Amino acid sequence: MEAEGRVQGPPLPAGGEGPGVDWHLAAGALGTARGPLLAAAEVLALDDEEDDLEVFSKDASLAEVNSFSPSVPISPSSMINQYKFEDGPELRDLFITVDDPESHITAIETFITYRVVTKTTRGEFDSSEYEVRRRYQDFLWLKSRLEEAHPTLIIPPLPEKFIMKGMVERFSDEFIETRRKALHKFLNRIADHPTLTFNEDFKIFLTAQAWELSSHKKQGPGLLSRMGQTVRAVASSVRGGVRNRPEMFTEMNNYMETFSQKINLLDKIAHRIYKEERDYFNEMKEYGPIHTLWSASEEDVADSLKGIASCIEHCCRATEKRMAGLSEHLLPILHEYVLYSEILMGVLKRRDQIQGELDSKVDALANKKTEKDLFSEEIGKLEDKVERANNALKADWDRWKQNMQWDMRSTFTNVAENNLHYYEE
Amino acid sequence: MEDCLAKKMEITVSEAEKRTGRNAMNIQETYTAYLIETRAVESQTEGQCAPVESLWRRYSEFELLRNYLSVTYPHIVVPPLPEKRADFVWHKLSADNMDPDFVERRRIGLENFLLRVASHPVLCQDKIFYAFLMQEGGWKEMVNETGFQLKADSRLKALNATFRVKNPDKRFTELKHYSDELQSVISHLLRVRARVADRLYGVYKVHGNYGRVFSEWSAIEKEMGDGLQSAGHHMDVYAASIDDILEEEEHYADQLKEYLFYAEALRAVCRKHELMQYDLEMAAQDLTSKKQQCEELATGTVRTFSLKGMTSKLFGQETPEQREAKIKVLEEQIREGEEQLKSKNLEGRDFVKSAWADIERFKEQKNHDLKEALISYAVMQISMCKKGIQVWTNAKECFSKM
Repeated sequence: MEAEGRVQGPPLPAGGEGPGVDWHLAAGALGTARGPLLAAAEVLALDDEEDDLEVFSKDASLAEVNSFSPSVPISPSSMINQYKFEDGPELRDLFITVDDPESHITAIETFITYRVVTKTTRGEFDSSEYEVRRRYQDFLWLKSRLEEAHPTLIIPPLPEKFIMKGMVERFSDEFIETRRKALHKFLNRIADHPTLTFNEDFKIFLTAQAWELSSHKKQGPGLLSRMGQTVRAVASSVRGGVRNRPEMFTEMNNYMETFSQKINLLDKIAHRIYKEERDYFNEMKEYGPIHTLWSASEEDVADSLKGIASCIEHCCRATEKRMAGLSEHLLPILHEYVLYSEILMGVLKRRDQIQGELDSKVDALANKKTEKDLFSEEIGKLEDKVERANNALKADWDRWKQNMQWDMRSTFTNVAENNLHYYEE
Repeated sequence: MEDCLAKKMEITVSEAEKRTGRNAMNIQETYTAYLIETRAVESQTEGQCAPVESLWRRYSEFELLRNYLSVTYPHIVVPPLPEKRADFVWHKLSADNMDPDFVERRRIGLENFLLRVASHPVLCQDKIFYAFLMQEGGWKEMVNETGFQLKADSRLKALNATFRVKNPDKRFTELKHYSDELQSVISHLLRVRARVADRLYGVYKVHGNYGRVFSEWSAIEKEMGDGLQSAGHHMDVYAASIDDILEEEEHYADQLKEYLFYAEALRAVCRKHELMQYDLEMAAQDLTSKKQQCEELATGTVRTFSLKGMTSKLFGQETPEQREAKIKVLEEQIREGEEQLKSKNLEGRDFVKSAWADIERFKEQKNHDLKEALISYAVMQISMCKKGIQVWTNAKECFSKM
């Protein structure tokens, strides 16, 4: 089963709403290496039971669409296992880095491009290494394509266009670096995602040359038709309200509301702490030299004073490290999760829309069984996805917390050690 | 130090009380009175303690005592009183004189003052000081009767006036510079320390918000809930710990403040020397010019341009009798002047000797005290860090269990 452990659970992008372009390409691109996966997909479409572990659990969740409760451990735990498989570096087959920002100046505008390097052992990629340059707009394009294709999956957040609050200049080094890191994370999260990683647009994004990408962008389903559908969906859900919303999703909604509130607060708190620490650091910078100045007037006490001065300097440096730790690890992650919470709210809404559509269709066309199944399928997939995302989030969170604490701890230990040295004088 | 009062007697300022009364202008006012308790140390036989004597004094009486001491012993570096008003406060401390924390710190400062005076080899023997400790009624009158205010050189108060002194003792000049530097550096340090304390307070307290949000968040989490809740608790502990830490630091600040004020006392001694030297030089100058006058009159030559010379040229010479009379007067004055100069010189030398002895004593005391204060500050910082480590280690554990 190990080999098949690589097989992702919800097998293929739900081509439910669209013309199924993605579905096709994805199915075709999988080729021989994914034989069992294809079989699994077919099996799913037929709503059949199979020996395959993943499908089995998948099926279980399908059957319990309406009474699924998040506390039931069976499916989620297996999902966790799946996620963990992908997370392990030994089993990853797609490595992406984003680096080397460069600015380009044209007559019309100035913009930054980033180098995206991909290394892969996957069969469907023609070569094992790719290097392309992309700009922020390209990333936006990719994200919107993924959202179209998988409206109920959780697409990772992109860094924002501007950061008004921090008054960071668009081309300041700090801003570019923060953005680069976020973009790197964005692509890697997609790569880690069992479904999204096989998205065709994603592949094109990673591999196509500039002109290829532009021409590909121009193809593809019109955004307008999509928007039209969305508008209708919103209208219908607003009109009818969402009946038959499984309790699980109501719970999720409530959870997300509170979570979003809390994470926003945490983000604010963390920023505030950063600011206070910076102010503290600035005052400390002045504190040390005074002792040195004093030591110049003294004889006996001079050494002790100089000792204190140097310790204060150590403290300053330690504080700097602490601040750096905050801004490199804690702040970006909190920010990411703030964005995530927005995304998740969006996803839940979309799910509601789908449900709304389903309900209205059910009302209108009570006997078209196939369509109903299609929607149920989607809903089922969404459930899984959300559950997985939840667990992924938690796993991530734990990891992050450990990191942060380790940083804080090392800072304090540093400060303490220095004071200890002084005391011995 | 063998005969110090401090060795013979326990002195404490044990309490502070708010009182209202009528002041000199018959206006109602509120002030704080401090209880001074003394008890003889020597006679403690078989567990029988000597009786405790006590009386109440207010801050203005302490001031009067100190003024008396500084005037009466100008060559001594007189210990300073704790500050009249709260300076160098960071935002959480109140600058109110009636604030209980301020009163408490002042109480400790006053006790410290009394102990310092009592352990000074010269000052502890002063009768007025003794009376301050033992005699409640009539003390003020006693002090005023000494007439010390008359002795006070008002020039000492004029801090900024400069006197051109030609030959000051170099040591005193250096010492004056030192005291200026000490004053400026300590006050700078205290200012910055107050700001640093403010900021540190901010950092700790904001972490308290974590506690609240974590606990609210834990309500909606299942697996993470417990970890979050207990981590939040540790954040609260962390935020609360800063209060004690900063309170301890205030004591350190008070120790530094004492030496800030000591610097002023030091400077006063230097000033006194300056003035004495100035008076000396003026007297010497006066003597020289008188001698010169005498000589001129006697020999009839006008060495320097003088009004006398001019008028005598214009209006004619004086009679020999007049000249004789003048010479006699001058000679008398010269004799007096020489006497005065001698005594002034002696005075000056004595002053320098005794002042310098006390200054050496003060230097030793200062070095010792400052070292101790700095070490205790370092210890405080270490303990603060240890607490920090503990809190964050606990928090880390909670987080890793999420």
